[in-house]
Amino acid sequence: MAAITYTKKPHPKERRMIFKNVDRKGWDPSIETYIKDGGYEVLKKALEMKPEDVAAEVKKSSVRGRGGAGFPAGVKWGFIPPNNEKPVYLVCNADESEPGTFKDRYIIHQDPHQMIEGMIITAYAVGAKIAYIYIRGEFPEGAKILETAIEEAKKKNFLGKKILGKNFELEMYVHRGAGAYICGEETGLLESLEGKRAYPRIKPPYFPAALGLYMCPTIVNNVETLCHVKHILDMGGEEYAKIGRPNNTGTRILCVSGDVQKPGYFEVEVGAITMGELIEMAGGMKEGRKLKAIIPGGSSAKVLRADDRYKIKEKNDKGEEVEKEIGIEDILLDFDTLAAVGSMAGSGGVIIMDDSRSMVWALNNINEFYAHESCGQCTPCREGSLWMKKITDRLVHHRGAEDDPQTLTSVADNIAGRTICAFGEACAWPTQSFVLKFPEEFEQAAKEGEGPDHELRNFRTEALAGMKPSQPQLTMAGS
Amino acid sequence: MDTFTPAKTDAFEVPKDLEKRIDEVITHYPDKRSAAGMVLHYIQEHMGFISDEAVFWTAEKLDLQPINILELVTFYPMYRQHPVGKRHIRVCRTLSCAMCGSYEVLDKLCQETGIDKTTMDHHHPIGISADGEWSIEFVECLASCGTAPVLMVEEELFENVTVESIPDLLKKAREKAEPNPINAAQD
Repeated sequence: MAAITYTKKPHPKERRMIFKNVDRKGWDPSIETYIKDGGYEVLKKALEMKPEDVAAEVKKSSVRGRGGAGFPAGVKWGFIPPNNEKPVYLVCNADESEPGTFKDRYIIHQDPHQMIEGMIITAYAVGAKIAYIYIRGEFPEGAKILETAIEEAKKKNFLGKKILGKNFELEMYVHRGAGAYICGEETGLLESLEGKRAYPRIKPPYFPAALGLYMCPTIVNNVETLCHVKHILDMGGEEYAKIGRPNNTGTRILCVSGDVQKPGYFEVEVGAITMGELIEMAGGMKEGRKLKAIIPGGSSAKVLRADDRYKIKEKNDKGEEVEKEIGIEDILLDFDTLAAVGSMAGSGGVIIMDDSRSMVWALNNINEFYAHESCGQCTPCREGSLWMKKITDRLVHHRGAEDDPQTLTSVADNIAGRTICAFGEACAWPTQSFVLKFPEEFEQAAKEGEGPDHELRNFRTEALAGMKPSQPQLTMAGS
Repeated sequence: MDTFTPAKTDAFEVPKDLEKRIDEVITHYPDKRSAAGMVLHYIQEHMGFISDEAVFWTAEKLDLQPINILELVTFYPMYRQHPVGKRHIRVCRTLSCAMCGSYEVLDKLCQETGIDKTTMDHHHPIGISADGEWSIEFVECLASCGTAPVLMVEEELFENVTVESIPDLLKKAREKAEPNPINAAQD
């Protein structure tokens, strides 16, 4: 086979597995190209195995979900009740919408068959006969590409009845979302897929693997996770588990955006590189600028301050656990280390901010996002997300009150843990961490007197001031 | 108790090929109601927005109450209850894009298209130009943070947008992006 060449060369520290075909020269999303490259061979291999053996391989791989929560995929599959007699559904969460994350976009647009192959194997392992791809509404082209790919796969008998002559059938459909972030939450996604508002369900009892779509067992996995399933079956669970670090296996796509020279995506072994190396891979900081803060796992992950020291536990030569203090550049990018330093690996979206940024401004931007995206089901989140936005907004405009930083924290503290879904935490964590890590900026903003600031303006607030009487229309309370 | 009466403003006729698409998509789900989201997308693609009559039509088609459809139209940001410009622009507002200048991009777009930004707010997020050529919406994350700032004209994504490139971008968008159906006849 000819060596793979790329239009945009991967960094030498990368290990391309899921992104093997992204930016690849001569590559297109058609099934012919995919099959010529050895595509759907893993499916054939998997269909020779028993479904429970396929699931066992995934469990052995210890692969953790790439959507945000980092829950082991194999364990999740195991939650389908034994002796289940209801139909089982598989849902691919392609609602990529965590700010800072943009990996799924490239898989869907450039390598749809990898994802579909992963889904077929997963459906076989969990016993699903219908699979849905819930793709965010803002990917209209992606939805078309997937629909074409499904048609192609059907023609080759990778989908449909008696797949490859085996006693296995599967239908796959694309379902488009319509711009609501909350649909990335798995139970909200299922409500949306049932044709309702995406109000998340409470767990327990509504764990999708037991009571999911139409109250039937449903496995919801992220796009990237489903792609990993293909590679796990290809190399075997144990072999796969050797990639990365224990409990942090496999590769991971890190999306870097913000104040770096070359933002972009990097697929690396989990825990193979540090934060400092990642910034270097992304071309380093901009001319004359210094690192100020990093949001390491999508906008809801807690912010890390550049000049802070972080405590982690490490094993020494004798195998004893010892505490060690490290700087931000030495933080290893895996699930456990990022959790140990008080944040999370989340969805892999790393947002870098330099010393030209106002942290009050940045938090206000994030708060506006969450205020807009709260589904409105739980009072603390619906009201609190808006209050937090209003407070940071007035701080940005130098119209804040002296105790605004404390009020912000108190509002955030009263959301986290008091809502049906994790959106409560997702919207509270930025506020809690920004105010805690950058108290001087918030206090300064709170102290500053009244007066408009034309540099940091917020167009929605401006517009509100000159709001026109509303037009008569069919309206309901809601987003 | 007040009952809800639809405003009979826009005649809603469903062409045969659209109804065929709708009938087909309904078969994707064990429960008809699940098709609601897709049906609304098809209707909006066909007529540019979702009228009150379309809400009633969809409800009847799926054996639901109109409120079951209306609550979707008002919940999901991408569904619209009013016509927009011939080409609809979505500019990403969220952090990475904002850091790379999406607010300035929005300003310049409004200036170039003659859209009054003060008409846009949380409850009326879409601004429409006087000549009906363009409409602009400041939306949340479009998931392309690595090429920020980004915007979409109809279904076309434009990446690494700069303020200087806007006049050129609008020219390109006129060629590349399919216009919105409601106003397409003039194109």
